[in-house]
Amino acid sequence: MEAGATKSVIERLGGVGLLPVALAIVALPLTGSFSSWVTLTVAGLAMGMMIFLMASGLSLVFGLMDVLNFGHSAFISFGAFIAASVLAALAGWAHGPSGALNLLAIVLAIGAATAFCAAAGWFFERVIVRPVYGDHLRQILITVGALIVAEQLILAIWGGAPISVPRPAILRGSLVFGDVAIEAYRIFAFLLGLAVFVILSLVLNRTRIGLLVRAGVENREMVEALGFRIDRLFVAVFVVGSALAGMGGAMWAGYQGLISGTIGSEMLILVFIVVIIGGLGSIEGSLLGAILVGLMGNYVAFLMPKLSLASNMLLMMAVLLWRPYGLLPAVKR
Amino acid sequence: MSPVSAAETVGTPPAPARTGRLLVYGAAGVVWLALLFAPFLFPDVRAQEVAARICIFIVLVASYDLLIGYTGIVSFAHTMFFGLGGYGTAIALKAMGAGWDAVLVGGGAGVLAALVLAALIGLLSLRVKAIFFAMVTLAAASVMLVLASQLSQFTGGEDGLIYSAPRLFSAATKLLADADGKSVRLAGVALNGKLAAYYFVFFCSLVLYLLMLRIVASPTGTVLEAIRENEMRAEAIGYKVVAYRTAIFCIAAIIAALAGIVRAVWLKYTGPDVFLSFSIMIDILLMVVIGGMGTMVGAIIGVVVMTLAQFYLKDIMQFGADALSGVPFAPSLLDPDRWLLWLGLFFILLVYFFPAGIAGTLLKKGGRK
Repeated sequence: MEAGATKSVIERLGGVGLLPVALAIVALPLTGSFSSWVTLTVAGLAMGMMIFLMASGLSLVFGLMDVLNFGHSAFISFGAFIAASVLAALAGWAHGPSGALNLLAIVLAIGAATAFCAAAGWFFERVIVRPVYGDHLRQILITVGALIVAEQLILAIWGGAPISVPRPAILRGSLVFGDVAIEAYRIFAFLLGLAVFVILSLVLNRTRIGLLVRAGVENREMVEALGFRIDRLFVAVFVVGSALAGMGGAMWAGYQGLISGTIGSEMLILVFIVVIIGGLGSIEGSLLGAILVGLMGNYVAFLMPKLSLASNMLLMMAVLLWRPYGLLPAVKR
Repeated sequence: MSPVSAAETVGTPPAPARTGRLLVYGAAGVVWLALLFAPFLFPDVRAQEVAARICIFIVLVASYDLLIGYTGIVSFAHTMFFGLGGYGTAIALKAMGAGWDAVLVGGGAGVLAALVLAALIGLLSLRVKAIFFAMVTLAAASVMLVLASQLSQFTGGEDGLIYSAPRLFSAATKLLADADGKSVRLAGVALNGKLAAYYFVFFCSLVLYLLMLRIVASPTGTVLEAIRENEMRAEAIGYKVVAYRTAIFCIAAIIAALAGIVRAVWLKYTGPDVFLSFSIMIDILLMVVIGGMGTMVGAIIGVVVMTLAQFYLKDIMQFGADALSGVPFAPSLLDPDRWLLWLGLFFILLVYFFPAGIAGTLLKKGGRK
C-alpha cells in the first residue's frame, strides 16, 4: 500500500518527467560546489535543447512514417556548415559593435541553415525515401547511402579541414549572478529550444493539422481510410523535421566553435539515444530524453571525463530494460 | 547456352538463371583459386596485403550476411566484434610476448567478450522493434570506438598497438633452408614466414567461410530465412524468433571476432582505423549489398568488386579530374579522395533497381520482395 501511495504522488507531480530533476538533485552533492553545479546544469539544459531540435524531427518522422532516417545527420551537418558560411560572410555584422546587427547576422545564419535543410528535406523525401516506404531494410540501406553521399559533398564543398565558427559579439560573454557565471549562448540556445518546443506542441495539440499528424502516428491506415491525404502530411513533417535538424546543427556549430565534416554523424549517436529513451513519435518524449542526455553528459564529463558517451549508452540500456518502448512513447508497436 | 528445349522439366532452372549461376559460382571459384595461389601469381608485397585483406573481409562480410541477408537483422556493431577479437589478440601479444599462447589467450578473451556482449545486446533489444536494433548497435559500436581511443594505456589510443606475431610468421623464419642457409625458393617465391602467415590467413578464412556455408544449409539456416520472410508466421509455427535471432547474432559476432584475430596476427598492428572505425562498417555494408544479400557467394563478389573499385576508381577519377581541370567545381567532385561519393550514388541506385545485388540478381534469389 505504501509503495502504491508513493507511486501516485510521483505520478501527480509529473511521473517520468521528474527524472531530470532527480538526476540534477543526485548530481548536486557529487559535483561538490554549488556554482559549478549550476554551470553544469545550465550547460546540460542548453545542450539538451539543441539535441532536442535535432531529435524531434527524427522522432516525428519515425512515428508518422515508420521511416528510420540515417540521413538525418546530413541535415545537421549541412545546417552547421551553412550557418558557419553565412556568419563568415556577415563577419562585419556579426562581430561589430551594434547589437541589432549581431542579432540579424545570427537570425540570417540560422534562417539560411533552416531554409536550406527544409528544401533538402523535401528533395530527400521525394527522391530518396518515397520509393522505399514500408521496407525497413531498404530504408536503412538507402538512407545510409544518402548519408555517405551528403558527407562526401560536404567534404567536396567545404574541404576536410575543421572550420572555426566564432560566436557573434552579443552572445560571447557570460551573465554573472553572485559567484555563478552563465554563458549567454547557453541561455540563447535554451530559449530557442523552448520556443520551438512550445510552437511544436501548440501546432500538434491545438490545430487541425496537428490533430491529423497525431492521428497518423497513432493509426495511419485509419486516417487514410477517412479520406485524408496522408502522403502530403508525410512531406510536411519530413520538411519540418529536416529544417529543425538544420537549426539544431547551426546552433551546435556556434556552441562548439569548431566544426568538421563528421559533426552530423557524431551527433546522430546522441540523437538516436534520445529518441530511444524518449519513445518514438512524441516530442514530449524527445524533450525529456534530450534533457536527460544533456544533463547526464555534462555531469559525467565533469566527474569522469572519459565516460561521458558511455554514460548515455548505459542510461539508454537502463531505460530499455525498464521501459522497452521508451519513457513517453506516442505509440507502442 | 543452348536454346531452351521444350522438354525441359520443372526441376531444372531456365537458361538465363543457369548462365547466371555459372557466372556467379565460376567467379567465386576463380577468386578462391586466385587467393590460393596469390603469393605465386602476384609476388609483390602490396598485392599480398590486398589478397590477405580480401580473405579476411570475405569472412567478415559473409558473417554480416548471416545477419542482414539471412535473418533480416541490421546491425552496426559488426566492427565492434571484429575489433574485440583484434584488440584481445593484440593486447595479449604485446603483454605476453609473441607466442601462440598469447594468440590463444587474447583471442579467446576477445571471442568471449564478443559473445557476452552480443548475447546482452541481443536479449536486450532484439525483443523490441527490429529497427531499434540498428540504433542500439550503432550506439554500442560508437561507445566501443570512443573507449578504444580513450583507454590508451591498454589500447594505445588513436595510435594503436604494434607488436610481433608468433615466430613462425616472421619474415626471417625459413620454412625450408637450402645448403647456404637461405630459404628455398619455389617458382621464385621464398618459402619464408611471410608465406606461412599468408596461408594461415587463407586457410582460416576458407574454414570459417565453409563453416558459414554449412550453417546456412542446415535446418537452422532455413528457420532464419523463414524469420526474415515472415516473422509472425515463424513465431506461429512454433519457432522462438528471439532465441534464433539472438543465437545467429552471437554466431556472427564470434565469427567476426575470429576474423579479427586473424587480421591482428597478419597486420602486426591494431588500431581504431583498421578495426573499429565507422568507415569499415560502411565498407562491410556496401560489400554485402553490392555482392548480394542472403547469398553467401555474394560476399566474395562484393569484397572483390569493392576492393578493386577502391584501387581503380581512384585512377579513373584522377584522370577525369585532370581532364576537367578547367571546369569550375568539377575537379573537386572528381578528386580521387571523393571516390566514396560516386560509390554512394552507385549504392543508392543499386538498392533501388537491384536490391538483390550482383550475385542475387544473377542467381534470382536473395534480397527481399
